[in-house]
Amino acid sequence: MEATTRNFERNARKALADTKLQEALARLSHGFPAKRRQAIARLPEFEALRDAARDIKNHVLENLDFYLERFETRVGERGGQVHWARDAAEARSVILKICQDAGARTVTKSKSMVGEEIAINDHLEANGITPVETDLGEYIIQIRGEPPSHLIAPAIHLSKDQVAESFKEKHGQFPKDRSLEEPRALLDEARTVLRESFLEADVGMTGANMLVAETGTVVVVTNEGNADLTMSLPRVHIVIASLEKVVPTLDDAATLLRVLARSGTGQEITVYTTFSTGPRRPGDLDGPEAFHVVLLDNGRTTMLGGELHEMLRCIRCGACLNECPIYRAVGGHAYGWVYSGPMGAVLTPVLIGIEHAGDLPNASTLCGKCEDVCPVRIPLPRMLRHWRQRQFEGNQASAASRYGLKAWAFLARRPALYRLVVGPGVAVLGALGRRRGRFRRLPLAGGWTASRDLPAPEGRTFLALWRKRLAGRP
Amino acid sequence: MSPPPPNVGLFVTCLVDLMRPAVGFAAVKLLEDAGCVVSVPAAQTCCGQPAYNAGDQADARAIARQVIVAFEGFDYVVVPSGSCAGMIRVHFPGLFAGDAPMAGRARALGERTFELTQFLRDVLQVPDVEAEYRGCATYHDGCAGLREMGVKEQPRQLLAAVRGLELKEGEEAETCCGFGGLFCVKYPDISERIVDGKVDDVLATGADTLLGGELGCLLNVAGRLKRRGSGVRVRHVAEVLAGMTDGPPIGDP
Amino acid sequence: MSEARAHILATIRRALGRQAPSAEQAAALHRRLDAPEPNVIPARGQVDAPARIGLFIAEAERADATVARVATVNDVPRAVADYLAANNLPSVLKVAPAVADIPWSEQTALSAVAGVAGGDDPVGVTGAFAGVAETGTLVLLSGPDSPTTLNFLPDTHIVVLAAARIVGAYEDTWRSLRAAAGGDGPLPRTVNWITGPSRTADIEQTLLLGAHGPRRLHIVLVDGDDG
Repeated sequence: MEATTRNFERNARKALADTKLQEALARLSHGFPAKRRQAIARLPEFEALRDAARDIKNHVLENLDFYLERFETRVGERGGQVHWARDAAEARSVILKICQDAGARTVTKSKSMVGEEIAINDHLEANGITPVETDLGEYIIQIRGEPPSHLIAPAIHLSKDQVAESFKEKHGQFPKDRSLEEPRALLDEARTVLRESFLEADVGMTGANMLVAETGTVVVVTNEGNADLTMSLPRVHIVIASLEKVVPTLDDAATLLRVLARSGTGQEITVYTTFSTGPRRPGDLDGPEAFHVVLLDNGRTTMLGGELHEMLRCIRCGACLNECPIYRAVGGHAYGWVYSGPMGAVLTPVLIGIEHAGDLPNASTLCGKCEDVCPVRIPLPRMLRHWRQRQFEGNQASAASRYGLKAWAFLARRPALYRLVVGPGVAVLGALGRRRGRFRRLPLAGGWTASRDLPAPEGRTFLALWRKRLAGRP
Repeated sequence: MSPPPPNVGLFVTCLVDLMRPAVGFAAVKLLEDAGCVVSVPAAQTCCGQPAYNAGDQADARAIARQVIVAFEGFDYVVVPSGSCAGMIRVHFPGLFAGDAPMAGRARALGERTFELTQFLRDVLQVPDVEAEYRGCATYHDGCAGLREMGVKEQPRQLLAAVRGLELKEGEEAETCCGFGGLFCVKYPDISERIVDGKVDDVLATGADTLLGGELGCLLNVAGRLKRRGSGVRVRHVAEVLAGMTDGPPIGDP
Repeated sequence: MSEARAHILATIRRALGRQAPSAEQAAALHRRLDAPEPNVIPARGQVDAPARIGLFIAEAERADATVARVATVNDVPRAVADYLAANNLPSVLKVAPAVADIPWSEQTALSAVAGVAGGDDPVGVTGAFAGVAETGTLVLLSGPDSPTTLNFLPDTHIVVLAAARIVGAYEDTWRSLRAAAGGDGPLPRTVNWITGPSRTADIEQTLLLGAHGPRRLHIVLVDGDDG
């Protein structure tokens, strides 16, 4: 998809003015975080599980080559095939070739962020193959031609009326005057439409929440069951996964699963957690005849061992989005590409270049809530600062903020000079503001006073008053 | 013989210094009442957060060095701000990653650095304060104080001893107010939306006073409260604890 | 070996500042894989059998499943017939071969056919390998007598589970699968963990049951024998 990350400020303003979006974001802000807190309150071991989850991911990253090779070996032994892709283009061509070899006309898909990242749908469509998203939210945004606005709730930004409108436009096979006022009616219609796609698809494509090296198993979680129908009905199952998803053992997978849903939706566990190992076995009554796993790098290995190493622990639960004050204010689309929220602000610059995503790491108050709720304890604020440092050192910060900052730092490093400069300034502002106690407008402070008054300073600095007090003492 | 009184260096913070010296004097009173000898080194300006959070490591490092040199002679560094205290304790050491002796000095200083209410409760174990405030207040937890320094119960425990004061918790007491230093002027629209959430939460408590330990947040929320025509009074927690509430609240004449 | 594979592995090793793991390192990693250790196990499932069963039922119900308890396998058809009648549901069952020898025909109200699921079977009946008490999760295995699609396509999913097969933690099921592993490794093609019926909250965060999978999940717990 075309990134609009450069237009972050414009996107954000648009989002702030969109009342339907704001209603949706208010629902999200009150929904997921409260459920998360309740789920955690029921599990005294949650903090210990977070530590364990973090340690597992760290161990994997230290031995990533070993576990990927081991995973590949096991998949091969079970009759499946692993394909390695350095970038999005390689992944797209591998997937297209598998689909073409299978003579596929329709491909069902269960939600995959990596699929969004490599824009696989556009590529399949351009080559005459119809991709059908089957996660309800993902299906809705597919027919509307939009990117997801949340990691685990891709259509969170829409109202039911907007969905109904899109269904009436897209589903010409139903009576025009049918009622689609209730979410239930919308779901039932989507279920009917998608049931046909499930049964006629030649290839099913899923993402992966984890890859288990012990057994060559792909783990996929959903609440709808769409991934299960996607992977068990068609002849071919393609898994598209980024390579840091590998974990050593089934026991490690269980640990990560204990923190995943609780952090994301606040469920104890998702309704469906599915472990797929190779194609169907002799005698099996269903399941795919072929099983392919496409392992995508797309810049991730460049994060290994560097400042952003720990970002590779991310399990895409969405907790940092749900709790982020910025995400809650502007939603996912403002971020302008596939990933949003704090994790997106760290990851997107890796994937499309900091020069295209310069606002993302800056649009944060560094409040630290994201790190606080991250199930694998990723120090997201530190990483946002890392990007700011890269921008500053690469002269990518805006000239105004650079020079302003430099001038201020020049003074801050010279206390005596600083006193000489700030004293009169404070005195003037103090005198001007004394009557009302605040300013409604002030030259050069438009960023502040556009939406709030500026409380007036008292008029003398503390240090000046302190000197006076010391002088007055016997 | 009783032990010598603790020798405290007050890092007053640039915002208190420039905008609201009353907070500094309230801090001094609280510390002196608790038996500390308080000094205010003249070589202080700022903790370096603006540079650090803007990615300007070189300037942040130079300022950090200045703070370390100015304050390392004291038993404790006390700061009436969670974020400036967090800057010193949590972030200074990392600025000297390639310089072991400086990193060591930074760590040593960080271990002796406390946010004001944290110092009063956790180090001095002050049981209560002698103060009175007529009103119903709600408390805003500054993000860095809460998450970097672990300031949560300390101000509330101290406020519980203030005569005439009732404390009402906001649902979103721990949610960011949208200040974020330079963030609020770089992204004013987003900041406005976030501070509106905070203002709504404050108003929902029905409190007539908003207290907090972070002047940046308080200027922000007070500014928005005033713009929205609210009469809620905003003060730094130190003013109330020290009984120094004769002057106007933040943003009032 | 593909070029991409070689390139990716080389990049990883360069980033980690080392060559491929030494024999010694590899041996340690193999040990971790060959004798997997559980990590943190929640205490709530680590209780005696009756408490475990109680916890399983409570957690499954929290996830919107319904549970019926019967004494023996022979009581299952009756429980199923009662459930379907009480909920006004069709009594035409598609049953997995694994549970086909339950005496379904003794309930004249029921008609049961064994096989894989079609797109319009109203009720599917399958057998569970285990139940996990900590979250009320069913564990179902695919195989020649248990098609996985039967867990997903019908509107109503009924699962027969022996109470004796309820364990405390997920890891307990890995242990028993590993112990029984044959040449194909410990896992069948598909292991399904199922906790409650299908759902979505994708439209305005309104929780709706029965998104693509079953609208209802009914568990028949058999106390008396191993099923």
